[in-house]
Amino acid sequence: MNKHSKKLFLSGNEAVALGAYEAGCSVGTGYPGTPSTEIIENFKNYKGVYAEWSVNEKVALEIAIGSSFSGARTIVTMKHVGLNVAADPLFTLSYTGVKGGLVIAVADDPGMHSSQNEQDSRHYARAAKMPVLEPSDSAEARDFTKLAFEISEKYGTPVILRMTTRTSHAKSIVESGSALSPEKPEGFLRDIPRYVMIPAFARKRRVALEERLSLISAYSAETGINKTEMRDEATGIITSGAVYNYVREALPSASILKLAVSWPFPDKKIREFAGAVKKLYVVEELDPFIEDQVKALGINVTGKEIIPSVGELSPDIIRKAFSLKLSPGLKAVTDIPPRPPSLCPGCPHRAVFEILRDMKITVAGDIGCYSLGAIPPYSSMDTLIDMGSGIGLAQGMEIVSPGDERVAVIGDSTFAHSGVSSLMSASYNGRGTVVIVLDNGTTAMTGMQPNPFSGSRITGAETAVLDYGFLAKAVGIGDDNFAVVDAYKPEEIKGFIKKMLSSRKLSLLVVKGLCVVLKRKVSKNGKN
Amino acid sequence: MEKTKNVLIAGVGGQGVILSSDIMSQAAVNSSCDVKKSEIHGMSQRGGSVSSHIRFGEKVHSPVISSGTADIIISMEEMETLRWLDHASGETLVVVLANRILPANVKNYPGNIRELLEKKVKNLFVIEPAGLLDIVKVKKIINSAVLGAVSAFLPFGDDAWEKAFEELCPAGTADKNKAAFFQGKAVKREVQK
Repeated sequence: MNKHSKKLFLSGNEAVALGAYEAGCSVGTGYPGTPSTEIIENFKNYKGVYAEWSVNEKVALEIAIGSSFSGARTIVTMKHVGLNVAADPLFTLSYTGVKGGLVIAVADDPGMHSSQNEQDSRHYARAAKMPVLEPSDSAEARDFTKLAFEISEKYGTPVILRMTTRTSHAKSIVESGSALSPEKPEGFLRDIPRYVMIPAFARKRRVALEERLSLISAYSAETGINKTEMRDEATGIITSGAVYNYVREALPSASILKLAVSWPFPDKKIREFAGAVKKLYVVEELDPFIEDQVKALGINVTGKEIIPSVGELSPDIIRKAFSLKLSPGLKAVTDIPPRPPSLCPGCPHRAVFEILRDMKITVAGDIGCYSLGAIPPYSSMDTLIDMGSGIGLAQGMEIVSPGDERVAVIGDSTFAHSGVSSLMSASYNGRGTVVIVLDNGTTAMTGMQPNPFSGSRITGAETAVLDYGFLAKAVGIGDDNFAVVDAYKPEEIKGFIKKMLSSRKLSLLVVKGLCVVLKRKVSKNGKN
Repeated sequence: MEKTKNVLIAGVGGQGVILSSDIMSQAAVNSSCDVKKSEIHGMSQRGGSVSSHIRFGEKVHSPVISSGTADIIISMEEMETLRWLDHASGETLVVVLANRILPANVKNYPGNIRELLEKKVKNLFVIEPAGLLDIVKVKKIINSAVLGAVSAFLPFGDDAWEKAFEELCPAGTADKNKAAFFQGKAVKREVQK
C-alpha cells in the first residue's frame, strides 16, 4: 500500500467505476439492469467524467463506440440480457476495433435473483471475437477494469468485463490508486475503410480481426493474471470469477488455475497445469464454457458431471460435488408463510392489476416492478419475455385470435427502451392493440433511475420529457384512443380500458402515479 | 484472528438490514480485518426476505456464509429468524429484534414462532422492540441500538464502530445513531429475556 492509497470497502460495481476513473475513462453510458446498475451510478460522481443513462443498451453501446472512435476511453454497462439488445453493434465492433479503450461491463445473474434468464455472457466473447476478463472480487474488479482499458488500447479491441451478481454486489477491500488524467481525445478522424463496414471493407477487417485475435491469444497464454496456484497436486481445479473464492473455501488444499482471461483461451497454460496435477476438474458457474475448451484440447477433465449448470454455486455446493461433509447446522424452518417480493404497499399501479384481474382478460406483460402483477393477489399477467416484448406478443396473439380481448402492459422506462418500436409496428400493420403504460415517473425496480419520460438526466439536470400525446399522434392513434389517467382513479381507468377494447383500434392508455418509494425520497429531500 | 467470523443479518426489505450490515462491515474494516459482505439487491428487496452475509478475519475467501457456520445471526424480524437457521449451528448466538411484520397475503402472524425459536436455539437473545424503543425513542435508529447490543460479542473497539457510523450514516444522523449504539450496548442485559 503506498502512502497515497486508502483502504476502501467497495462493492464490485463501485470498484469497476473506480477502476474506470483511475484508468482515465471519461465517458460512461449504460441502461440500468440488476446487478449492473451501480457502475454508472458511481462513475457519474467522479470529477470530469461524462455519464448517461441511454434509452437502451444498443444505443448505449453505439454511443460508446462513437466516443471510442473519437479517442476517449469509454465504459458501457448493462446486465446480461442487455447485451442481447446490444449484440448487433457488438459483433461488428470487433471488426472495426476501437480507438479510445472501450470496456463493456456486463453483469450476469446466476440464480436469477432479479432476471428472466441466467444466460452466460462469456459466450459473447467467443462469438463476437473479443477478450473477456472475469474478476473474482472488488479488488480485481478495479484492477481488471484498468487492465481491460490497457488491453483494449494495446490491441485495438473492445473488452468484455464479465461480472456476476456475487462480484457486482459483494463488498470487499480495495486499495485506491492514483487516477490518470484523461488526455484530451483527438476527436474523430476519417478512416473510411476502417469504420464503414460495407462488405468490401468488412472483408478486410475480418482478416485483421483474426490477426488481432491471435495476438490476444498469445497474451492470454503468457499473462500472469491467468494464475497457477500449486498446492496439493492430487487435485487441480480450473476456475474463474467469484467461483474461485468458493473453491478456495471448500477445497483449501487443491491446486488452482484461476483464469482471469477466460477467452481467448490460454491453451499452453491449461496443458501445463493439466500435466502438473493428478486429477483435473473445472469448477465454473452456469455453462461449461471453460470445460468445453479444455475438452477440445483432448484433456481428460471432470466438470459438469458433478458441478450443477443451473443456478449460483457456493462453497457448500462444491463440497457436496466433491463428497465432502458440510458443517452440521440446524434445520431451517420451512413451514412458515413465505415472504416473496410484492408490489409495495401504496404502489399506485396496484389498481390497474386489480382491474385487469377482475376483467379476466389476457395481459401481455413486460419487465419492471409490475411483473409482480403476475403473482397473487393479482395473478393478472400472462407473458413476460424481455424488455418491450409485451406489445409485440399482444400483436401476435391478435393475429391468431382476433376476437379475444387483451392488453399489453408496460412501464415507462421499458416503453422508452423498446416498447415504442413495437408500437410503430402495430400501427404500420393495422393492429388494434391496447397498450397500457404504467408511468411511475422512474425506473423503479433497479433503484430509481430517471428515463426519457421523467424529465431529468442521471445528473439531476432537467431535460425534455418524451410526450405520450405526440407519440400517439405520430403512430396515428386518434383522440378517442389516447388518454392519460390518474392511477388513483380506478373507475376512470376501467372506463378507458373498456372503451379502447371495444373500439378494436390501436390505443394508448397512460396510467400515471409517482412511485411511492420515489415520493418518499422526494418529500424527505424537500424537507432537508 | 485465527478463524474467519461469520455474521448473518436478516430481516424484511425496507428494515435497514443493508445499512446495518454496511456499518458492521466498516467497523471490521476499521479494525484492520479482511472483510467480505454479500447480499442480493433488486427484485427480492420489494418487501421480501432479505439477508446480508458479513465475514471477517485474517483472509476471507467466499463472500457467502456456508450452512452451519454462522457465529452470530441477527434478525430484525421474529419469523425471518427461522428461515436462516440452516446457517446456524448449536453454538450460534441468535439475536432477535422481535418485530412482527406480516408477509403480503397473510392475515395472521403465526402464533408459535417464539416457541419454535426457544426450542431450536440454545443461545438465544431476544430483544423486545417496545422495550428498546423506550430507551432510544426514535424507531429509525433502533437498528443501531441492536448493533450496540451485539457489539459485546464482536472484537471491534468503540473507535472502529464510531468511525463506521460517521462514515456511513446519512448526513446529520451519525450522532443520533452513535448514541443509540451506546444505549443498546449499555442496556443489553436489561432487555435480554
